[in-house]
Parts: sequence; C-alpha cells; structure tokens
Amino acid sequence: MKRRGLFYLQLGFTLLVCAFLVVPVFLSIMAGLTVNYFVGIESGLTLRWVMEVWNGYRDTIFLSIGLSLACLAVTLVIGVPAAYVLAKRQTALTRALEEMLVLPVAVPGLATALALIVTYGSLSGFRTSWAFILVGHVLFTLPFMVRSVLAVLSAIDLKTLEEGAASLGAGFWPRFRDIVLPNCRQGILAGSLMVVTLSMGEFNMTWLLHTPFTKTLPVGLADAYASLRLEIGSAYTLVFFLMIMPLLLALQAFAKPRPAKFVAEDAE
Amino acid sequence: MTDTGNKPVSIALTNCSKTFPDGTRALEPLDLAIHAGETVVFLGPSGCGKTTTLRIIAGLEEPDAGGKVLFDGVDVTHLPIEQRNVGMVFQSYALFPNMTVAGNIGYGLKIRKVPDAQIKARVSEMLAMMQITRLADRRIDQLSGGQRQRVALARAIAVRPRALLLDEPLTALDAKLRDTLRLEIDSLLRSLGITAIYVTHDQAEAMALGDRIVVMEHGRVAQIGKPREIYQRPATRFVAEFIGTMNRLTGSVSNGTFTCKAGGIAWPEAPSSATEILFRPEDIRVVESGEATGLKGTVAAAFFLGDRTRLFVDVGEAQPLVIESTARRDFSHGDRVGLAIDPRGLLVL
Repeated sequence: MKRRGLFYLQLGFTLLVCAFLVVPVFLSIMAGLTVNYFVGIESGLTLRWVMEVWNGYRDTIFLSIGLSLACLAVTLVIGVPAAYVLAKRQTALTRALEEMLVLPVAVPGLATALALIVTYGSLSGFRTSWAFILVGHVLFTLPFMVRSVLAVLSAIDLKTLEEGAASLGAGFWPRFRDIVLPNCRQGILAGSLMVVTLSMGEFNMTWLLHTPFTKTLPVGLADAYASLRLEIGSAYTLVFFLMIMPLLLALQAFAKPRPAKFVAEDAE
Repeated sequence: MTDTGNKPVSIALTNCSKTFPDGTRALEPLDLAIHAGETVVFLGPSGCGKTTTLRIIAGLEEPDAGGKVLFDGVDVTHLPIEQRNVGMVFQSYALFPNMTVAGNIGYGLKIRKVPDAQIKARVSEMLAMMQITRLADRRIDQLSGGQRQRVALARAIAVRPRALLLDEPLTALDAKLRDTLRLEIDSLLRSLGITAIYVTHDQAEAMALGDRIVVMEHGRVAQIGKPREIYQRPATRFVAEFIGTMNRLTGSVSNGTFTCKAGGIAWPEAPSSATEILFRPEDIRVVESGEATGLKGTVAAAFFLGDRTRLFVDVGEAQPLVIESTARRDFSHGDRVGLAIDPRGLLVL
C-alpha cells in the first residue's frame, strides 16, 4: 500500500534525525554528567564536571553574555534606523547598501576576522579588548537585525501610516516612536533574539579575534575539548545548552505568524 | 455638538505646479480659490493631477518654486502637514494597526497634549457620531472596510481641523456600501460646515457631494463649476464626455437647421460653423407615431429598466444615440423611430 510506504519513509527520516540530532546531544549531555565516560553510566552521575566548567570558564560565560548584549545594543541602534531608511528610500544606492550589509554573512568569518586583524591589529589597546570581538560580531549579526526589521516594515504601508500620523499633527520623532517602532516590534524582537543567539554561538571569527583574556563561551568550549577531559568538554556543552535553549524557544515563539482574521461587512 | 471648533478656512493656490524628481510634470501651473466652508470635489481620471493637488494643499508635497498655498490668506507653502491642522482621510485609511479604534481617534489629541479626560470625552463623542461606539476597543484588523472608513473619518475630525481632505475615501469599498457612506459623508460635511476637499474619479460621487467640482485632465483644470453647470454647460469635450453620457451627431448648419445623416434639426441659434453637436440622453426623445419629425433612426438595442427603457438608436453615425424613453411602448431591435431633440440642450464644443 502506498500509505504504508510513505509511513516507513517518514519513520526512517524521523529516526535519522534522532540519530544525528537528538541522540548525540543526549549522549553529550550524559557524558558531562557521568563520573567516568569510558567506564560508562555505571560509574555514576555527578555535577563535578559542570562545577569545574563553572570554576574554570565562568569568565567566558559572563563575557559571552556581555558581548551578546552589547552586540544587541549596537545592532539595535544601527540596524533599526538603517532598516527604516532602507524601507523608506528605495533607490539604487539603498538597494546596493542592503546587499553589501549581507556580505559579512556570505564571506567566511575567518576572512572577516583576518581583515580586521590586518587593518586594526596594531592598535594594541583595541586589539586586546573585548570591543575588538564586538566589532566582528556586529558585522556578522547586523544584517540579521536589518533584514528582520525590514521584512516587517516592507509588509506594512509605512509611508501612508506616517502621513496619517503627520496629518494628525505628529512630527518626525513622535511618528517614529508611536507608529514606526510599535509596528515593527515583531521584527525587532525576532531580530534581537537572532542577534543574541548568533553572537552567543559565534566561533569562526571569535576564534581568530580573541586573546587569552577575551575568550568567549564557544572558544572556551573548543579549548576545553582540545585540552581537558572529554567529560568537562561535554559538561561545557550542557552549560552552553542551558543558556541558548531558552533563547531559541523564545525565537520560535516570536516567529509564529499571527493568524489572519476575516471580517465580514456589517449589514448596517 | 458636531462643530469643528475652528472657523472653516479659505484655501487659495496660486501658480502651483508640480514636477517630480524623475521629470514627470504632474501638475501644470494652477490657480484655485476654495471658499471657507464649501465642499470642492477634484474629479478626473487617474493621473490627472487631482491627488497631487490635494497633497499640495495638505502639505504632503511642496509645489514647484513660485507656487503658493494660502490658508485664510496666510502663506503655508513651506509648512509641513503636521503644522497645518488639516484632517485627512486616505484611500487606504492609514489606520494605525498598533492602536485600538479609540486609540486611533484620540491620537491627534494626544499629540496636541490634550488632557486625558478631554480626549476620552471627544473620542466618545466621535464614536457616537459615527455610530461605532461598540467598536471602541477593537483592533484595526478586526474591522470591516466600512467600519475602517468610519474610524478614519472620526480620527480626522476629532482634532477639529481647519479643513478636511479626503483622497478617494470610498474607492476601496463595494458599490452598495459606497452609496450608504456617500450619503453619510454628505450629511457629515453639511453638519460640520467645514471646508472640505474631496478627490474622486467617480462622477456620481462628485455630483452628489460637491458644492463645486474641479474637473481635471492631464495636470490641468478643465473646468470649475457647480455640478449642474459642469453637466449642462461643459467647457470642453473632455468634460462633456467624462461626466454623464453624451450623444453626438455630425453634419452642417444652413438656414437655422443642423443637417446630419439621419435628417435635420431646427435650431435657429445654430452657429454656422458647427460640424458636430452634442446633447444629453434626456434632451432627445422618441416621438409618437404621427408627430412630425425631422430625424429618423433604427433601434439597435433596447433595455427595459422598469421605470424607463434605455434605447440605442442607429442614426448612421459611428456611435448609436443613447435615449432614455419613459414611453409605455415595447421597443424591439430594428424598429424605425422618429426622434425629437430639444435645441436648448444642444452643445457645440
């Protein structure tokens, strides 16, 4: 029967997803909680490795949180007005700018990082501060903020809405505050979560940009895997998960489209 | 009270033209005086410059250098819309989706820093006036087209503007609702006594609402006048054909008679140079059998409409004549009919 064939195909696909997505994650988490990974789960469960991660890499966690929030602040300040201008002025120049904004996503992070180091690496105060990583992260995440806000702004008739507000006496700033911002709230929220998540997990660029004193969470993770026990590396993954999962869930919730409402004409 | 609180304003445009950055000339130099409290309708096909003119009056566009916009004699040419205190209703309504109905109506007052209690009172007054009180807390996406239209009107009026500008406010609605709302807008404008400018491409709307109609074509004013003048004494062929139905006969004048293929029309005041005459369907009738007539034609089509019959009569011209007959008579295709034209309705353009 055809339906049976399809059923097995779906089951096979689900199992494949489990085998490569869910099981490794689960095993990795278990490894981080196991006393001795090579002995197996019989050796007992422990939070010792998690505590070691906390003691050894606490700073990377705080730096990552701080960095992603700073990155969010910068992308909000630059990205939202940029999206507004791009939405309002559709010229050849703004279209070119829009394309160029996406370049850092297309170009390998390593290349961007190298270019930054070549250009600004000699400014030692800047090179050794976390601001150096921040620049890289902003370059990488800005297009996600701009795109996300721009998508929402393009879907509404922004020009007429603003004209409507202006006809009621609202100048530029009240219009921006009362009409533009509230109407692209969804885009700003989705963009914000995207930026924080991406900044938190960014490794490529950060790996080149960091110094021993400016290690972020993913860089620390690589470090832990490379130089310490497998259990600590796995416990590190667990910590990373705990931080990133709520963000991803929130992202999912905001990305949900609002159901369109049908309204019939009143017979009046 | 439904007063606007502000004295209606007179509006004057002098030498206002508009050229867009790409070089398109949307509006040829225009002079126009709108009296305080009157309703003026800008009528014309799309691209005739009617919306551009409205936007210049609103302050959403500036006229080309040399043009001036005066409100009560005061130059407001360079004043942006937010400082002109005009109420505007947009074709797409431009209601704010992030606010409720009440929030939309009260927004202009909030911007003017009116105390909350007064805003609430004015919003309730507006809701009651537009009969949408029960919709106060609805979101905009929960409203039908007709309801949105009422909210847009209420929002524009709530701030007691000096003039009300309406840009094709009924175009987005279906025909039946359009008729109802046209009536409502008409009585609203009368009761407010506000200076109102109404843009439309619908001649029936223009005739019904306008104290005066400004007919526009290709960025120029074709004619300004009361609806009756525009209809009965169109200044140009364009106006004659854009508004209502116009019949046309070609021929020549001699000895006080206009002669065409279908026969002759006695017309003592006929200008001798006339080679084409125009007239409305109501100025021509089918004569009773036996009555003397100079014109004859063949019924090409007859539509019985209940109160009258619309006839298309072939008289050897490119277009058949349109005749509205109230005669209790059954017309059918191919009937030979005699026709009589009232010379008072004849136009030469």
